[in-house]
Amino acid sequence: MNVIVGLEIHCQLDTKTKLFCGCSTDYRDDEPNTHVCPVCLGLPGSLPVINRKAVEYALRVAKALHCTVPEESVFARKNYFYPDLDKGFQITQYDRPLAVSGYLDIEGDEGEKRVRITRVHMEEDPGRLVHKGGMDRPRYSLVDYNRAGIPLIEIVTEPDLRSPKEARRFLNKLRATLEYLGVFDSEKEGSLRVDANVSLEGSERVEIKNITSYKGVEKALTFEVTRQKNALRRGQKIVRETRHFVEARGVTTSARSKEMEQDYRYFPEPDLPPVRVAGWVDGIVLPELPDARRQRFMAQYGCSLIHARTLTGDLRLADFYEKVAAGTDPVLAATWVADTLLGELNYRDMPVAAVPSDTFAELVALVQEKSVTDRNAVEVLRILLDQIKEKGSCEGPRACVERLGLRIIGTGAREGDDPLASAAREAIAENPRAVEDYRAGRKEALNFLVGQVMKKTRGCAKPSDVNAVLIRLLSGEE
Amino acid sequence: MAGRTLSFHPDDRFHAFLRTVPDPAFGEGRLSGMPVAVKDNISTAGIETTCASRILTGYVPPFDATVVSLLKKEGAAIVGKTNMDEFGMGSTTENSAFGPTKNPRDETRVPGGSSGGSAAAVAAGLVPLALGTDTGGSIRCPAAFCGIVGLKPTYGRVSRYGLVAYANSLEQIGPMAADVPHVNLLMSVIAGYDPKDSMSLDAPYFHTPSMDVRGTRIGVPEEFFGEGVDPRVASVVWDAISLLERKGAEIVTCRMPSMAYALAAYYVTCMSEASSNLARYDGIRYGPPVDVKKPWHEAFQERRREGFGIEVRRRIMLGTFALSSGYYGKYYAKAQAARQNVRKDFQRLFTEVDVLAGPTMPTVAFRFGEKSDPLSMYLSDILTVPANLAGIPAISVPCGKVEGLPVGLQIMGRWMEDERVIDVAYAYEQGGGP
Ligand SMILES: [Zn+2]
Repeated sequence: MNVIVGLEIHCQLDTKTKLFCGCSTDYRDDEPNTHVCPVCLGLPGSLPVINRKAVEYALRVAKALHCTVPEESVFARKNYFYPDLDKGFQITQYDRPLAVSGYLDIEGDEGEKRVRITRVHMEEDPGRLVHKGGMDRPRYSLVDYNRAGIPLIEIVTEPDLRSPKEARRFLNKLRATLEYLGVFDSEKEGSLRVDANVSLEGSERVEIKNITSYKGVEKALTFEVTRQKNALRRGQKIVRETRHFVEARGVTTSARSKEMEQDYRYFPEPDLPPVRVAGWVDGIVLPELPDARRQRFMAQYGCSLIHARTLTGDLRLADFYEKVAAGTDPVLAATWVADTLLGELNYRDMPVAAVPSDTFAELVALVQEKSVTDRNAVEVLRILLDQIKEKGSCEGPRACVERLGLRIIGTGAREGDDPLASAAREAIAENPRAVEDYRAGRKEALNFLVGQVMKKTRGCAKPSDVNAVLIRLLSGEE
Repeated sequence: MAGRTLSFHPDDRFHAFLRTVPDPAFGEGRLSGMPVAVKDNISTAGIETTCASRILTGYVPPFDATVVSLLKKEGAAIVGKTNMDEFGMGSTTENSAFGPTKNPRDETRVPGGSSGGSAAAVAAGLVPLALGTDTGGSIRCPAAFCGIVGLKPTYGRVSRYGLVAYANSLEQIGPMAADVPHVNLLMSVIAGYDPKDSMSLDAPYFHTPSMDVRGTRIGVPEEFFGEGVDPRVASVVWDAISLLERKGAEIVTCRMPSMAYALAAYYVTCMSEASSNLARYDGIRYGPPVDVKKPWHEAFQERRREGFGIEVRRRIMLGTFALSSGYYGKYYAKAQAARQNVRKDFQRLFTEVDVLAGPTMPTVAFRFGEKSDPLSMYLSDILTVPANLAGIPAISVPCGKVEGLPVGLQIMGRWMEDERVIDVAYAYEQGGGP
């Protein structure tokens, strides 16, 4: 059974002011209803004026997604009653969107894949309801209009995606593209919302509304595909319906059928003239986008395909990597950023932006100059990240290495005062049985002795060096 | 320095005002110290603005409409808010939630509407200047019925910012006064580009009226003298047109076939837009508080049922129907096509003539209750709505009387030729009109 998925993605455009008024969009840490004016409150007599920057941003997206921008597009009113909707309608675009017929190439389940984009249009965000007194049965709700009028773009795909994982990959690629374009900040709460249409080939289509996280999309789709497959297996029919994704429980639940029958009574917004901006498109200079940057990382830095893809899949990570790679061995830096750092950050749920790139470059340099073992470098990284998480800053990696005495112990130029050799001698002296076993030909005894030496040197020696020294000593060369 | 104030205690026997400002401030400028009445659907900072609707009772705008700012900038004193049909929906001012306004020329009759309060305030001599709004004749109708002058400007020439929307694509704020020079003066203050109104035109209005109409070609559409037009009104208006001819204008009769669909196109458009514009009055932000113990969707429906008058509810329902899926094509889309035809008709006519003339209203002022049937009330707008559908300027100037009641001569002009419309009206007014 083929899975067929199409997405509708709403992204907040990262403009300084709202779509139709001059209010600041930087509302997230502020009191409710402090970023409002007559226009975004929908006060009687107020009129919308389109934010030129928002149109430019939307056009950047349209161009990056290879869309056609029609000569004229039109704003329309979507009419419905909801307490967060201050005017009783949302200004959006309906039958004449800003841009149509584009595509985005992604890494699909079966290699490179082109996902067609149906349309890109602009609209305003409604306000936000805050429910008071319990999640399940709120006693009352308050409305915050700070979010009302934030510019959104809605990107609609054709039903070209074939699995929940592919949908996730598409979203990641789209997010990266939008961030590269400088029009979107994925780290802002509520900056992305997704509706997904999912069906099994030959069955009715189900719409999942309002998924608010990247991971949520894959989870919701996985649940929904399983639910639909099970239903078919039991001989039930899939009903065409709208379902809500309950993030906390990872399930979708049926929405009241009434919501599907909603008639939005779209008609052209009489307070805004048609948007004629096709002529702007040629003047838009797109920045380097993820695909191009990936190619460059491979060519310029010698990154592997997998590292290059990981590093360029996130704008901040790519920028971070380039700063680190500027002063270190780029291939080593790629491993350390893409594999080590990313893993540690994910474990701590920290953004890459929290890590100063020069600090990390210093750590990579320590590894590169063999001043610290890989294992101890990871240990230092963990300490530094924990410090950042705790107090927002951290000591220097070199200082940390010195403080903890983690500087690598070499095999020493001179015998006698060689700390590695003396640790090895100690281990040999303390473990006569292991020595005997080894000499009797039981090679695993050597591993035990290596472990003892590593313990004594607190990991500051490279296992290969320890091995060599032990063999030398045990062979009775001394 | 403390600003100067005016004392304003009018004898408002006709209920022209919903509320007055007893000691309004005024400043320096072209309108220094002149009392101006403002229709109650135009936002005035600090002064309650209700659109004569219960649903907006207690709403005090935190901002001035652009026209009000412009009036203040020229020194005018805002002396009060005038009565109107609720949200502008009506042609008699009987649809005010706060009681009707009487026609100062005959207290048994309506002043016309929906800017009936503004017209009555001027006609009663309470103010020299008033602002009205015209969606389908709401300035020209009461001007005609009360025997004053009222101009509906070219759509976009006067900012709509602060005008509480009824039918956005049709309505304009415009000047009302006892004579053409005062209308011209008020127009020169309120017209001009406003970045807050995206449909605003960059066309300031600086004009000195000229009474010279020699060579002006005046078209008279047959349809403006058709069925439903009181022959006595038609005769008075023809006399006025003849006077203009004697002053050197050239009179050309013509036809305007699109008139057949103008009224339907108008009502479908304005009701559709109204159904959307009035959705914001859901009891959360305006009017008396709703019963918060009820679920929201019940509370807001109740609030709307109680807060809106019958005519407003009728228009919201009809507009909602006209926009609903399955009917959009039949109604809203068709209305826009008919609207295009009206525009084209005007364009064609204006290649042959400079202005069009006819009666403003088919009859003189109605008696109270005479138009209780909504359809017959709608029909009375037939001569004024074409100008709104096309966005062109149109003026009503008093041109005589029938049984002691004023009759208005309507002059419509080319898009952006408000000045010429003013001139022809001025020529008539100065030419020995009644
Ligand atoms: Zn605002």
